[in-house]
Amino acid sequence: MSATPDTLLQVRGLYKHFPIRAGLLQRQVGAVKAVDGVDFDVYRGETLGLVGESGCGKSTTARLVTRLLDPTAGTISWEGNDIANLSRSELKPLRREMQMIFQDPYSSLNPRKTVGTIIGEPFIIHGVEPDEGKRKKRVQELMEQVGLNPEHYNRLPHQFSGGQRQRIGVARAIALKPKLIVADEPVSALDVSIQAQILNLLRDLQRELGLTIIFIAHDLSVVRHTCDRVAVMYLGRIVEMAPSDLLYGHPRHPYTGALLSAVPVPDPRLARNKTRQVLTGDVPSPTNPPNACRFHTRCPKFVQGTCDVVDPPLEPKEGGNVAACHFPLSDEEIASRVPTAAA
Amino acid sequence: MAAYILRRLLWTVLLLLVITAVTFLIFYVLPSGDPAVRRAGRAPSPETIAAIRHSLGLDKSLPVQYWDYIKKLVLHFDFGQSYVNDQPVRQQMFDRLPNTMFLVGGAAVLWFTIGVTVGIVSAVARGSFWDRFLMGAALIAISAPVYWLGLVCLYLFSDDIGQWKIFPGAGSYQDAHGFFDKAWTLVMPWFVLAAAFSAIYARLLRSNLLETMSEDYIRTARAKGLPERRVIFRHGVRSAITPVITVLGLDIGILMGGAILTETVFNIDGIGRLSYDAIQRGDLSTIQGTTLLLALAVALSSLIVDIMYAFLDPRVRY
Amino acid sequence: MSEPLLQVEDLRVHFDTEDGLVKAVDGVSYTVGAGQALGIVGESGSGKSVSSMTVMGLTRASNAHISGRVVFDGKDLLAATDEEMRAIRGGQIAMIFQDPLSSLHPFYKIGDQLIEARRVHHHEESKAQARDRAIEMLSLVGIPDPRSRVDSYPHEFSGGMRQRVMTAMALINDPKLLIADEPTTALDVTVQAQILDLIMKLQHELDTAVVMITHDLGVVAEVAEEIAVMYAGRIVEKGLADTIFAEPEHPYTWGLLNSIPRLDTPRDQELVPIPGRPPSLITRPPGCSFAPRCPYVRESHRRIDPVLADAEGPGHLVACLLPKPTRRALWSKLRDGVQPEEAKQAVGIPETLSASAPEQEVKA
Repeated sequence: MSATPDTLLQVRGLYKHFPIRAGLLQRQVGAVKAVDGVDFDVYRGETLGLVGESGCGKSTTARLVTRLLDPTAGTISWEGNDIANLSRSELKPLRREMQMIFQDPYSSLNPRKTVGTIIGEPFIIHGVEPDEGKRKKRVQELMEQVGLNPEHYNRLPHQFSGGQRQRIGVARAIALKPKLIVADEPVSALDVSIQAQILNLLRDLQRELGLTIIFIAHDLSVVRHTCDRVAVMYLGRIVEMAPSDLLYGHPRHPYTGALLSAVPVPDPRLARNKTRQVLTGDVPSPTNPPNACRFHTRCPKFVQGTCDVVDPPLEPKEGGNVAACHFPLSDEEIASRVPTAAA
Repeated sequence: MAAYILRRLLWTVLLLLVITAVTFLIFYVLPSGDPAVRRAGRAPSPETIAAIRHSLGLDKSLPVQYWDYIKKLVLHFDFGQSYVNDQPVRQQMFDRLPNTMFLVGGAAVLWFTIGVTVGIVSAVARGSFWDRFLMGAALIAISAPVYWLGLVCLYLFSDDIGQWKIFPGAGSYQDAHGFFDKAWTLVMPWFVLAAAFSAIYARLLRSNLLETMSEDYIRTARAKGLPERRVIFRHGVRSAITPVITVLGLDIGILMGGAILTETVFNIDGIGRLSYDAIQRGDLSTIQGTTLLLALAVALSSLIVDIMYAFLDPRVRY
Repeated sequence: MSEPLLQVEDLRVHFDTEDGLVKAVDGVSYTVGAGQALGIVGESGSGKSVSSMTVMGLTRASNAHISGRVVFDGKDLLAATDEEMRAIRGGQIAMIFQDPLSSLHPFYKIGDQLIEARRVHHHEESKAQARDRAIEMLSLVGIPDPRSRVDSYPHEFSGGMRQRVMTAMALINDPKLLIADEPTTALDVTVQAQILDLIMKLQHELDTAVVMITHDLGVVAEVAEEIAVMYAGRIVEKGLADTIFAEPEHPYTWGLLNSIPRLDTPRDQELVPIPGRPPSLITRPPGCSFAPRCPYVRESHRRIDPVLADAEGPGHLVACLLPKPTRRALWSKLRDGVQPEEAKQAVGIPETLSASAPEQEVKA
């Protein structure tokens, strides 16, 4: 697959295995296979969602893409150039172009620095705007842009609420007008009535600044609303990827079906009428994932001899979704289990 | 677990070797006088000094001296002779070790009991008069230097020079025989040695317990309807005391190298007195011996403490 | 019509703190029938957790001022002695909490913790009997291989399994009432579904009443028959679940319903956030506590404190000063995706007040 000018990021064969050491000489006895063979593209201007439950590898993937972690193997092409193996100094200019927003607004801001300093740091680090006065002006403009009062320039993080702190994080991320923002669960730690404020803010900023966003979350409703395309991850792999309408309209992978079936919908009548597909058991350990299809130990459509022997490739299925499954969900199955699907 | 212990023991051996080398170097680098001269007495002749030097093996080169020492130590468990009185160092140490152990052991029981009790009372009655009084007393106990405290105790309570003649005075430990007589002479030293430690442990346990009592599992324990006493002890103290026990192990280990100040004030013939005297007299063999003993005690106690942690906290796995 | 199992009347819980008097719960009343499920919805600072902790007697601290009545099975719990409360806690009323990892003691096996919960209320049972009961409960909540897992430690379980263990521990004494405070917030969505299913199954099999406290409207729609919406220490709306979701009458409830992304509404439907932020419980403005954030506020709303009064549906109460016809007209617009400002213009807000205005105006 060649990169078109519209492709901002291309990830191929991405692996991240964390070694486990034991024994007298601390030899490697195993590995936590956090990311275990992931391919995807990110197109300019889109919002791509990465969903999955704990341990699926979505946060690790985000950190690999922004090179906060070193990949064990694979390529990460940023605007055509592979950045997977660049050194820290080579990566520095790239950091202006890709930024992260983190989950916990209470611990991701340095409590000893003022808001003005926090938002102004990117300017200092990359040598943009050395003049202190002009920098302050730009920081205050950013504060206004994200909905903060610019007069609070000298306040400390603990003087702000959770939602406001998240806005500070956003301001810092967009300070140097990056091309890509990776938002790792940006609203999960916020009160419900504040979440919408931050989601709307991100949407508005994306329009104003032409941002591309990778949006990581476990809340499927939030992802459906904010993302154009969604990739579903399980045990370090992508099991399904599709534009939002297609994914939520007719999910093909049984895991996606189970996820959607499990989401509690704020409508008591729908809740009463659906036959929920409840997955049994726990997610297997990423140190010892099941053979072939990773999901086969919990899959309601498991067929012995196929699913535990042959690894299903990620390929297009009926309706346009790309899924890794030998026996994808049929329209009838979707209709009975996922009450919100519009198959 | 076995692999872990083995690894730690190997590191300990390495550590001890390094310590012998460092002690050797320090002794020769820092000016402490020529041991041969000191040994030789008054107005020695150069021949006498040279003879003494030869008998002590000081005329050999440094690496050779070191190698000889290591050989004797590893093959024969021989720590050499004291430069001062030619006594075997090993004998001197082992003679004195039980005294230090008695002193430190008794003090440890005392400071742990007092410290934990005060810590619990303070935490449970947080903010009350008792809490502030006890923590204030703790501050005083920590600030009082051991030798000052020891001298004050002797001045007040010792049966030879004190105001109220209750406890045996300095030097009485040597003269006492039998377990209970000896213990009686150690009552004041125990308190003096335990004072600062009790205070530190009380403060430590208090702050740990306060933190533990705000944990979620305490809320669960109360929600189960458990009596408050059970919540505090079986759920709160049980968690809060784990770091205190590990500190106890380390403190005992360090003190095994000699509670120098206490032993000196009360004239107890322990390892502490031995090393103090050896340093004063430039007696390298003995210094080497007591330093190694201290290092071994600390390394072993830290290993024991780490292993104990695995028994105390089931989440810890080696 | 039998007496309700739990009757909370005008409960107030105020705390003395360095920053002032925190009115965490400020006049809350609700009832729960035997075997029924009540959902309490609210965000941080709404008072939802404090009110349940008070029912359990867990807020009896020296700086707490508690008033009102909490009648459980005919007994006034607020007037009960500490010893009486201790006997009821974990016995007839049990509670499960949000984070199952930190809520279980890390140093004790789960079997021992379960046995402890059993024996404190059943002194007559031997250790062996209590252990059998513990294994029975573990099996009931779906822990595989309970005979051997009863000797495992909390950190040896996954998050979902731990929450099952917590549930087993709460139900081991056959309580009449189970209070679940955000039991699934820390869990993955598929695990959350398992736990909610478990709670509902046990509610029906054991006829246990359930109070489900959460901020998640989806969770409460699945579990609750009746819902109470809390804001700033008060209940602002109360009624049957179907009514609250179909015909809500409080602007805060509208705000909650329209600000959350949902799977069952069009994808491109705008999220309408509630402006401003959750209120301070120390400095309450006079008048309606939601007024600073309400798009439909009138001048008089800032002076008069609304009380709960009848709304349209059966058993439906709401504390809002807007007249009922106005509320219904606004909701029918908002429900169709109209923005609050537009809806306000279209419907028009009169100055007259609803039945929620108390007879005497509160002086500003």
